[in-house]
Amino acid sequence: MKARQRLRSCGPGDGSMQYGFVTIYWRDMIRFVRFKTLLVSSLLQPALWLAFFGIAMSSSFDKLIAGIPATPGVHMIGYLTFMGAGIIAMTTLFTSLFGGIVILFDKNWGLMREILASPMNRNHIIFGIGLSGVTKSFIQAIIIMVFGILIGAAFFSGFSAMQTIIGVVGILAFVGMFALGFLFLSAAIAVSMESPEGLQGVITLLTMPIFFASNALYPIDAFPEILKILSIYNPMTLLITGIRYFAIGPDFIALGKHYQYTQSDILTAYLGLAVFAALTFGLAWWRFQKAVVT
Amino acid sequence: MPETQQKHPEIIISVENLEHSYKDFKAVDGISFSVKKGEIFSFLGPNGAGKSTAINILITLLAKQKGSATVAGFDVTRDPQKVRESIGIVFQDITLDRDMTVWEILEFHGRLYNMPVEERRKRIEELLVLVELAGKRNERTKHLSGGMKRRLEIARGLMTRPRVLFLDEPTIGLDPQTRLKMWDYIKGVNNEGTTIFLTTHYMDEADQLSDRISIIDHGRIVISGRPWELKNTLGRDLIYLETNNNDAAVRVLKGLPSIRDVKVKSKGFVLMVNEDGSKALPMIIDTLRNAGIEISTINLKKPSMDDVFVFYTGREFRDESPAKASFLRAGGR
Repeated sequence: MKARQRLRSCGPGDGSMQYGFVTIYWRDMIRFVRFKTLLVSSLLQPALWLAFFGIAMSSSFDKLIAGIPATPGVHMIGYLTFMGAGIIAMTTLFTSLFGGIVILFDKNWGLMREILASPMNRNHIIFGIGLSGVTKSFIQAIIIMVFGILIGAAFFSGFSAMQTIIGVVGILAFVGMFALGFLFLSAAIAVSMESPEGLQGVITLLTMPIFFASNALYPIDAFPEILKILSIYNPMTLLITGIRYFAIGPDFIALGKHYQYTQSDILTAYLGLAVFAALTFGLAWWRFQKAVVT
Repeated sequence: MPETQQKHPEIIISVENLEHSYKDFKAVDGISFSVKKGEIFSFLGPNGAGKSTAINILITLLAKQKGSATVAGFDVTRDPQKVRESIGIVFQDITLDRDMTVWEILEFHGRLYNMPVEERRKRIEELLVLVELAGKRNERTKHLSGGMKRRLEIARGLMTRPRVLFLDEPTIGLDPQTRLKMWDYIKGVNNEGTTIFLTTHYMDEADQLSDRISIIDHGRIVISGRPWELKNTLGRDLIYLETNNNDAAVRVLKGLPSIRDVKVKSKGFVLMVNEDGSKALPMIIDTLRNAGIEISTINLKKPSMDDVFVFYTGREFRDESPAKASFLRAGGR
């Protein structure tokens, strides 16, 4: 947050200009709460994924892997718990990639002109949209965790109260950083595009490989080499690794594969997400400097 | 910032040789003008004349390509932030979030411009009263009428007490009564000391509201002046005549000292006369009769802004306004 201090400000006594992003955030949240259908569907959708896809898949998979003998002393988890982390990540991905669409609407409906013609630094638009997207993703992640536990996902099982709190905070930290990266990307695309259809097309094109070339639904070890490399560096994989670490633990078996994470693995994954967010912020910053909206 | 009342006219917008092209198309082709503090200045021209491009450069939404422009003493390229702080804008199309309330629209704007909270809240209340929307503060903007939306946008433009208020086609799409009401608001705002820069393609609007007008066409300013000065350039009156021999009639009349100019139309011609038309008319009739020319139609009127426009741009003006048809426009060119 302190980094924002060096951004160009304007006029005397405008120290509070640094908080322009709060204004953008405030407006976007008004919109989020006010569009009832959008609000309800965005909260319901992840729960439905978990309920239908999760239960259907886990009942099949759990039967398939039932024959695999348990490794003594290692925590063995069901498919619902395994893919629950993937659903949190998938929901965050969708919400974040679509988070920038508000910029496109503002642009097409002329609302962006008011903002761009104001003395507010344009970076605050990016930060404001980022912050509101992160808020939405937090709400969704919490809903999935609660709902997941209700339908039988073994999140935080065997954790002490303190460990659970650390787990939740850790998950949100990962979700937040990942969301920022994709929100910035989404904002950069949205400000460069003319039509919502075009944006939708680009986003759909992006979601498919990002989601499936990751460890959301299955282990990536059996992938062909190139796909495996892509998957390892996929921000989605980094996020899911973090979520599993904080929701399940550093050592578990799922789908017959033994997962072991060290603290430095997790730190590296988080740094990877931070680098990704920094890159996409740079992209968004560049696109916003170029933006001409008349 | 506090403004001391100054008696001598101070230049608040100054534009020199401004040019702007979109690829090969010169939207603004070397315009120069200045606006004095406290006046209502209008750009009058048809759609596509370059008004919006010019205004977008002045409000810093579009980068200047050539020439110079200063607003409120700040260069639009070097000091865009300062310019932004000094101006208020009402955009051509409605730019209100449909799902925000009247109060939220103003609050958001005040926050965008970093107004301190007490000042912001106080200003909102003042403006809601000014534009008669106090009873609508919790209404979402999608439920407002077109006139109310426009008023809310004017209130928003005034939130920060700008030194210059830019109004881009402020009454487009409004019904006649609402337009008149809008003009009253604009005059009221101007009376309180805000300089107003207006673009319009409504002749009557420019005529009624402006202290000074620049007629703009094909990216150039064709003529500038006070409304009455512009109309006076066409003479004191216009007389439309149809005769059995228009060519001969024009030849005979052209030399007369009281005739400033003659514009030939398809069926007749228009005389621009330097004196009172009703006094000049008997002389004109006598002259034509002596030349053996028969008059079939005579019509006399004062020049309107419409006539001014058609005269100086040499083309018709496809105008949706309820303004009366132009004398000079009637028939072909």
